[in-house]
Amino acid sequence: MGVKGLAYRGVKEIKGSLLIVEGVEGVGYNEVARIIGQDGVERLARVLEVGKGYAILQVFGGEIGLQTDVVVRFEGSAFTIPVSDEVLGRMFNGRFEPIDHGPPIISTDRRDINGAPINPKARIYPNDFIQTGISAIDGMLSLVRGQKLPIFSESGLPHNRVIAQIARQATVRGEEEEFALVFAAMGLKKDEALYFIDEFEHSGALERSVVILNLADDPAVERLFTPRIALTVAEYLAFELEMHVLAILSDMTNYAEALREMSAAREEVPSRKGYPGYLYSDLATIYERAGIIEGKKGSLTQMPILTMPGGDLHHPIPDLTGYITEGQIILDRELDIKGVYPPINVLPSLSRLMRSGIGKGKTRDDHKDVSDQLYYSYKRGVRARELARIVGEMGLSPEERKYLEFAEAFERRFVNQGEYENRTIEKTLDIAWDILSILPESELVRIHEEYVKKYHPKYREKASKPA
Amino acid sequence: MVIKLARIGKLVRISGSVVEALGIEDITIGEIVEVGEEGLIGEVIRIFEDRFTAQVYEDTTGLKPGEIVKGTGKRLEAELGPGLLNNILDGIGRPLELIKNLRGPYITRGVKVNTLPRNIKWYFTPTVKEGDEVAPGDVVGTVKETESVTHRILIPHGIRGEVAWVKEGKYTVDQPILLVKNGTNEYEVTMKQYWPIRVPRPFETDGRLPLEKPLITGQRVIDTFFPIPKGGTAAIPGGFGTGKTVMLHQLAKWSDAKVVVYIGCGERGNEMCEVVTEFPKLKDPYTGRPLMERTVLIANTSNMPVAARESSIYFGVTIGEYFRDQGYDVALMADSTSRWAEAMREVSGRLEEMPAEMGYPAYLPDRIAEFYERAGRVKVPGKPSREGSLTIIGAVSPPGGDFNEPVTIHTLRFTGVFWALDADLAYSRHFPAINWLKSYSIHAGAVAEPWAQSFSQYSKKILGWWERKHMGFLEYRKTALDLLGEAAEVESIARVIGEASLPDEQRIILLASEILKEGFLRQSAFDEVDSYCEIGKQFCLLKLMIDFYLTASELIDRGVPFERVRSMPQIFKMMRVKEDPRGIEAIRELSLEIRGEFQKIAREYGIEGVVVGS
Repeated sequence: MGVKGLAYRGVKEIKGSLLIVEGVEGVGYNEVARIIGQDGVERLARVLEVGKGYAILQVFGGEIGLQTDVVVRFEGSAFTIPVSDEVLGRMFNGRFEPIDHGPPIISTDRRDINGAPINPKARIYPNDFIQTGISAIDGMLSLVRGQKLPIFSESGLPHNRVIAQIARQATVRGEEEEFALVFAAMGLKKDEALYFIDEFEHSGALERSVVILNLADDPAVERLFTPRIALTVAEYLAFELEMHVLAILSDMTNYAEALREMSAAREEVPSRKGYPGYLYSDLATIYERAGIIEGKKGSLTQMPILTMPGGDLHHPIPDLTGYITEGQIILDRELDIKGVYPPINVLPSLSRLMRSGIGKGKTRDDHKDVSDQLYYSYKRGVRARELARIVGEMGLSPEERKYLEFAEAFERRFVNQGEYENRTIEKTLDIAWDILSILPESELVRIHEEYVKKYHPKYREKASKPA
Repeated sequence: MVIKLARIGKLVRISGSVVEALGIEDITIGEIVEVGEEGLIGEVIRIFEDRFTAQVYEDTTGLKPGEIVKGTGKRLEAELGPGLLNNILDGIGRPLELIKNLRGPYITRGVKVNTLPRNIKWYFTPTVKEGDEVAPGDVVGTVKETESVTHRILIPHGIRGEVAWVKEGKYTVDQPILLVKNGTNEYEVTMKQYWPIRVPRPFETDGRLPLEKPLITGQRVIDTFFPIPKGGTAAIPGGFGTGKTVMLHQLAKWSDAKVVVYIGCGERGNEMCEVVTEFPKLKDPYTGRPLMERTVLIANTSNMPVAARESSIYFGVTIGEYFRDQGYDVALMADSTSRWAEAMREVSGRLEEMPAEMGYPAYLPDRIAEFYERAGRVKVPGKPSREGSLTIIGAVSPPGGDFNEPVTIHTLRFTGVFWALDADLAYSRHFPAINWLKSYSIHAGAVAEPWAQSFSQYSKKILGWWERKHMGFLEYRKTALDLLGEAAEVESIARVIGEASLPDEQRIILLASEILKEGFLRQSAFDEVDSYCEIGKQFCLLKLMIDFYLTASELIDRGVPFERVRSMPQIFKMMRVKEDPRGIEAIRELSLEIRGEFQKIAREYGIEGVVVGS
């Protein structure tokens, strides 16, 4: 590492947010520097490339007002932040400076915000079911502790309300402890950010949350730091203080755009839609920072939010995210227009870790079968609905009409629920059986017979009536 | 091997995982260099006048111009020998367990550990004696590495001569077990050897053998419809959530290979953790031993250094070839080759090479071809004469699930089996989501014969009660594929006019295909019974459903209304019988029941002379 406080005056070139400094020595790759301009403003910068006698720096906090006659002070290390239990209940900007009028965090424990990959051999496979109280999620997209499950949304859909509901209601059954919340806002509008803070305040979650805010009018390049700072804090809470942490990162689309901006400034060869070829690797260094580590009691669960540009699931950002995260929850405009809340379209949604968290002893023995059956039947119902648009409902076979009825009931009664309605998993599964009983019993091909006998309303009613 | 003296140069530029240095005149392409004070591992990929460029396999944060770079004179090599199995290695062959013990739960850089354990003493049993002539590839003895696999110790390449002495007993991989004399030269042979990972291990000239033995996977849609031969190559492309990883896990679990190499290349950490947690608990259906005993895992997760992602593929395939050379059938799964290609693209970008399609380097097809060409069923060099095979199955993750992109396109050029994963099937939770209309196996003909043979053995042994319609396996397979093809056409009509308006002979096609999809093609990886389906049972199921279809069609042709067939209670059972723990016995029972029901229907409608199937 370079000598701390090594300072140089004057840069050779300023190109967008890139600075080229010449005549430097002993500067390391990825090191952090502070740029002090004639205007007295101090800006952070990071070393993107070093060569003999020169360094290329990326400036955070906006380049407007910079001159070539600035002072560049190299910090001698990568970006680190101080961590202590004082971070709880605090609010910071994208450079980890307090914005709640509280004192700065002082600690000798400083951590590199880039983190380090968790050794797969040191991971514990996540399998604790988190009950969110939302039927579509608990029943068909079950979340487990240590999972990374993003919400794919579009502008104008109620993803913030959904995530706030999850943050409010999420519990692991049988445990009293509530989740600590780490919230990273990247390029959010002020009112969106305020909504979350209000929510946390009202639900009494504020004292166990940490908020890192980079708003829409804050410098875009700082967005590259925001999620990393948030996750460094989250890792500290989870693996040092052994808390169960839920990290919410919103909106990853803004993050990826900031990355593209930086890549373009460096004149890199673009890959799809102008995004750099390393977008996948870069996103992975964020999303992979979730999980459970052996020997540590805490866990880090991640719920990133991203708005799909143009609602396109195949846009590089949702696409690459889906390849890294352990599933995705997709919000759908059509359901939203119908008035279904939460407007979760379960068909393209997925939770990869679901099966490890459900079943006998965890949720209920019939959970997996019921979930499979719901997917299958809803898919057929949707197909019947499409057909009805062409041939009319009267042109459907009796069987298809049943599926149509099922699909309606599924959306209205199972998916749809109140924003403050907190359903237990049993309640969720009972509703599922209720709507599945619309279909003839012989259509329940994905449910083992023993569960049909045990939970189908038909048999339950019989069982409850005196013989 | 000639070991060059350590040579020292200086770093001049650092940009991500690519660094530039000068000062080592005789540096060679592919040479391993140790970069900086911590000695990070790098590989030389470009030389320009007195400068050279290396890709570094670890994080380069903090590296400064002026730091030293050491040439090692070695190429990137795999350490091969007892201790590979039951192990999990990173992209450059370091055991993750050891890294964890040294550094804790996070992977930090600069760790130097050997691939093979140095503290274990293996019991070496020689198969050669003093005075025997040995040449490269000869088996000189064995080590029972795990209960499932006996490790055969081979003479390394470049050594030949007479055995001066050989020792039986317990040794570590560092201790000599054999001395080979050749004139005045003496070579001490240990149980370990090295091989440069980017060079294919050779086999005998004309040593390639035809691909005609099926790799049995216990997955119905694969074994019956799109089989892969031992030594073949397969591509599984599919968008996210279509079940690539689960499919590869299934193949790693149930394939009848002696050794399985599983490469997690740029994928999720929790998935590798799942394999590590789950495999030791699962039993190999062929040996009854824990699956880990025959498995080598290579894990370079998506957040580990990108250059090591590129090398992980070569490490895996080299280990696969090494076990092939022992005379074993090896199956290699790579999840996902797209991440490997992207790693190439990333390094290529940093080198400022001219990109071809979608930013990928122009040599992408060459690299893909080289990788898949390392598969094959071959006659292995050395005594005793033996055959081995290496089957390569690569997952491809096409952006947006669109197969029209460079990695998928070029992979299909060099692979023989294509299992196309389909998002629509996945959305209705039909797994494996292998699309039966788009997938193919160019080996279906070649492996059909041994297939048919094993099936006819079954039909003699188990299916004596099943005499009707003397169709062989191949005819059943063809009828089933035709049925699925026709059903797709009928479905597209039904989408316009509604199923109810179809004539009865088309509705039976839809019904029969539905039974086949639900009862045969769909196979739950997580159902205890259904996860693995032995081939005899596969045939029985197929026969049950096709016989039903043929007989029902015949009855409908002769005037029985479709609704009467539709109301048969056995239809529901056909879709579920695969999960019956009684296996073939349950299928047999059901087939008798169906026969009875068909006879009843025939009587109801006064139809005579119908050959009532099943």
